[in-house]
Amino acid sequence: MSYLFVDGEEMERKKINNYTFSDIIKLWFWYDLFMEFSFKDWGNHLYNHYFVSKKVRERWWRKLLCCWLIGWFIGSQWIFWFMNSQADYKRRETLASMCDERARMLQDQFNVSMNHVQALAILVSTFHHSMSPSAIDQMTFARYTERTLFERPLTSWVAYAVKVPHSEREEFERKQGWSIKKMVKDEEHPTRGNDSSFEDEPSPIKEEYAPVIFAQDTIKHVISVDLLTGKEDRDNILRARESGKGVLTAPFNLLKSNRLGVILTFAVYKEELPSNATPNERIESAIGYLGGVFDVETLVDKLLHQLACKQSIMVNVYDTTNHLEPISMYGSDVIRNRIYHNSSLNFGDPYRRHEMHCRFKHKRPLPWLAITTSIGSLVIALLVGYIFHATVNRIAKVEDEYLNMIELKIRAEAADVAKSQFLATVSHEIRTPMNGVLGMLQMLMDTNLDITQQDFVTTAQASGKALVALINEVLDQAKIESGKLELEAIKFDIREVLDDVLSLFSVKSLAKDLELAALVSDQVPENLIGDPGRFRQIITNLMGNSIKFTERGHILVTVNLAEEVMGSSVQEGMESTSTNTLSGYPVVSRRHSWEQLNSFNHEGLMIPNSFYVLSSDEIKLVISVEDTGSGIPKESQPQIFTPFMQVGPSIARIHGGTGIGLSISKCLIGLMKGEITVASEPEIGSTFTFTAVFSHGNHLKPNEHRLREFQGMRAVIVDPRLSRSVVTRYHLQRLGISVEIVTDPNQEISHVKNGTSMDVNMVLIEKDIWLKDTDSYSRFLGKLRNSNLPNFPRLFLLANPGNTCMKFVAKESSMGIVPTLVMKPLRSSMLASSLQRALGTEDKENHRHNGLSLSSLRSLLKGRNILVVDDNLVNLRVAAGALKKYGAEVARADSGKKAISMLKPPHQFDACFMDIQMPEMDGFEATKIIRSMESDMNDCIKRNEISPEDCSGVKYWHIPILAMTADVIQATHEKCLKCGMDGYVSKPFEGEELYREVARFFYAKKTQ
Amino acid sequence: MDAKLLQRELLELTTRVLEEGVIDKQFLEIQTLRDEDNPNFTDEVVALFFEDAQKLINEITKALEQGQNYVDFGKISADAHQLKGISASVGAKRITDLCIAFRGFCDQLISEGSLQQLHYEFSLTKNKIESIFKLEKQILAAGGMLPGM
Repeated sequence: MSYLFVDGEEMERKKINNYTFSDIIKLWFWYDLFMEFSFKDWGNHLYNHYFVSKKVRERWWRKLLCCWLIGWFIGSQWIFWFMNSQADYKRRETLASMCDERARMLQDQFNVSMNHVQALAILVSTFHHSMSPSAIDQMTFARYTERTLFERPLTSWVAYAVKVPHSEREEFERKQGWSIKKMVKDEEHPTRGNDSSFEDEPSPIKEEYAPVIFAQDTIKHVISVDLLTGKEDRDNILRARESGKGVLTAPFNLLKSNRLGVILTFAVYKEELPSNATPNERIESAIGYLGGVFDVETLVDKLLHQLACKQSIMVNVYDTTNHLEPISMYGSDVIRNRIYHNSSLNFGDPYRRHEMHCRFKHKRPLPWLAITTSIGSLVIALLVGYIFHATVNRIAKVEDEYLNMIELKIRAEAADVAKSQFLATVSHEIRTPMNGVLGMLQMLMDTNLDITQQDFVTTAQASGKALVALINEVLDQAKIESGKLELEAIKFDIREVLDDVLSLFSVKSLAKDLELAALVSDQVPENLIGDPGRFRQIITNLMGNSIKFTERGHILVTVNLAEEVMGSSVQEGMESTSTNTLSGYPVVSRRHSWEQLNSFNHEGLMIPNSFYVLSSDEIKLVISVEDTGSGIPKESQPQIFTPFMQVGPSIARIHGGTGIGLSISKCLIGLMKGEITVASEPEIGSTFTFTAVFSHGNHLKPNEHRLREFQGMRAVIVDPRLSRSVVTRYHLQRLGISVEIVTDPNQEISHVKNGTSMDVNMVLIEKDIWLKDTDSYSRFLGKLRNSNLPNFPRLFLLANPGNTCMKFVAKESSMGIVPTLVMKPLRSSMLASSLQRALGTEDKENHRHNGLSLSSLRSLLKGRNILVVDDNLVNLRVAAGALKKYGAEVARADSGKKAISMLKPPHQFDACFMDIQMPEMDGFEATKIIRSMESDMNDCIKRNEISPEDCSGVKYWHIPILAMTADVIQATHEKCLKCGMDGYVSKPFEGEELYREVARFFYAKKTQ
Repeated sequence: MDAKLLQRELLELTTRVLEEGVIDKQFLEIQTLRDEDNPNFTDEVVALFFEDAQKLINEITKALEQGQNYVDFGKISADAHQLKGISASVGAKRITDLCIAFRGFCDQLISEGSLQQLHYEFSLTKNKIESIFKLEKQILAAGGMLPGM
């Protein structure tokens, strides 16, 4: 059996181990999967719903995180690009507008200068050609141009050439006094103003000539040079006279300033020409040409000077007549790949094209805004991603921890269950052999032992009993902790329970000479519904505790209704003051401990939260156990209700015990919806107070057995100590005796004095007081005797059992008083019997079933026919043998069916003992069938179908059937009765029980 | 041998066996059940008990060894109950106690060598009772009287 279970368990454990291990592997695997973004083997891992869902979720989060990061990376780049291009665009815009502005201004300036040159041309045409003789000669021209130079600041010089056809050359040369000279080419470009480049070489013979006749002084040397011999000049002249507009040459280096310049040429016509004149008409009409040199560089420089932010922008002007080879007119060479803006310039010459290129002087600064914005957004995204990641990780971690916790919780719970099982098993295992030990000890005590051996055995048995008690307590604790303990709800009398407990402790109190007493308020109902066993256990625990720690004085148990305590309507005398106590020793006030209960605040009102709301038939009791013991130090008081906790380690050595009792009591009180508290002062004593809720039992029938013989009697208690007399009064009142308390023996009893014919049946006096002051008490008695009372009151002395009682009897008898001693602690039953004995009202019926013995059982069973039914031969024979021993005639049946056939009426059997557990047909079933057979028979008899004579004179068939069972459980018992059985006995037979059961119906039979 | 001596020896043996808890008072009760009509009552009952008990123990053993997959605890429990009943009847205390424990184990599935213990207790009980019977027979042979007759 065992190995099998071990195997199974181990297998289970292995399975668990594999599980967790594989889980870890799977976890890794999932991680790898995620890293590779692989989805294969998906289905293989759907083995555990939770795990999968968790993993999938995790993976999903991770993917999302990745997308987020990548997205924001791209996003930040886009932001950078966008902002950068925006900035770029703006820059270009600025550049374009600046460039266009410059181009326009340059063009305007140039046009202004050109207009001046044209004006000069008109001047020449007006004063030179239209007047005869000419109003202008070289001198005039030079002076005029010199003086109007301010109008043309950009024009270096101007010169005028006339058109001379070849036919007129000689005349012209003669008239002027010089011959027309040829212009010499200098290198590639035609140059002007360079003295050395002109030689006095006459111009070759051509169709026409354009010799310079007027010139500014600075270039006087060009006079007489034929402009048509220079290629550029010739082009210019031809184009100028064709178009009638100012034309420009390609830029060239000016000789003097080494700057770039262009030559501007205007044609001068004989007469005004219409605007739509053909080029030929223009050529025909042209009579001279005016040329000027523009210093473009200076022009641009000046222009730029006028404008602000000259520094930030760089301007290049190009002549782009030939697109492939633009000629730079202004500005240094630049790297062409930089951004620039191109504005076209119109200088009024349709043949020539000019462009202005503008660039920023400085490279564009790094786009810091774009960089910071994009980086910033990336950083924010990263942070958000990190937070997200951390959160997800945290969630995962918490989930893992949660799983761990659950596992730990399960394990802890399993351990708790195991602990309880272990406790239960071990306790049970110890209890069984301990019972053997105790039984053997009991048997040993019955043998002949000498005194020493007897002592040893007694000690051993006491220890054993203590051990069993401890084990029971531990079991209780385990049961309570596992919540398996349930309270019974049965009717009980709390006063009887207290009496029982008092008698239990009376021996112990005798040894210590303590006074024990119980006092129940008369407002507490007689019948309560609750668990008397557990209530008794609590009281026993508390009293046991008190007795352990009390060396002198008393222990008093009081029971009050909670309403009484709260309303301060505690019965007179029930509340003790520091001097007025049971034994005269000071005690800790009960009220003090009551006040510590949560249910009461200092005003004596209920605090709703902590107060269990009672239903209408529930009552709450406040029970106090007061002692005059050693007390509990203040600092230890909170700990005393924890299991195995004692006040100081030395206590255990002195008094023994484990300290589990209070803890159990507290748990039990908790089950009774109450609470416990303690008030204690060292060297004065402790008062434990607890509350408990019980149901009202008054609707149930009151106890019938209450003694009625004392009803109407009167008693007088003479005691100066009120607390003590109240206890006595309580017990007397329970017996139905009305009581008067006299505190001073010299005081007159009220109704005695009044002379009424009230009857005083008894006088109760504490013995120690009697001994102290016999005389005055005797006088008191004498007074009572003298008053005309019909009965002479009996004297009872209340004595603690420790006191010797012999010495005074003679003395009192001499006085004609025979006192009866009543031993404390007072209990109703004991007090009643004492009173009965003294007053002669003893109940004669009280003796019943006292001499229970084998012989009585034998007398019951002798000659009876009994059927024993059991499937097991051993049991059958043993049971039969036992019954035979008591003189019964025994028949045996080994199955239910056989029993039925034997018990089919009519038969001779007086009783049947039936085993319950039998194969085929069990005891219950068999009994049911037998009962139905009997009722059939009875019906027949009733209807006189069968005369009773046929059935051996029996008129009513009902054979007593007793179940024999090994498990004596309540449920079985109930089932027995339900099936028509009359009772049950345990197997193997036990004398007393057998007698009890058999006696029930055999007696009844006799009376029938 | 002297019958008195044997009687004393029997008393000692019985006391010892009682102390060991192998048997209890019920066994003594059974011994008192024999009388002139039926002097072999105890022997018969005890022999029956041994026979039945052996049968039950074998049943339990068999049920447990039947296989690891399925163990009929219901049957074991019933057998243990039976065994408990008969052992209680003859007063074989240790077997009774063991059966109580055994049934408990069946329910809780914990048992550490209880089967072996059952076998052991059975043979021990058998041994002890047989030695008591042997002594009794010797006493009878020596012409002595047995207690309870």
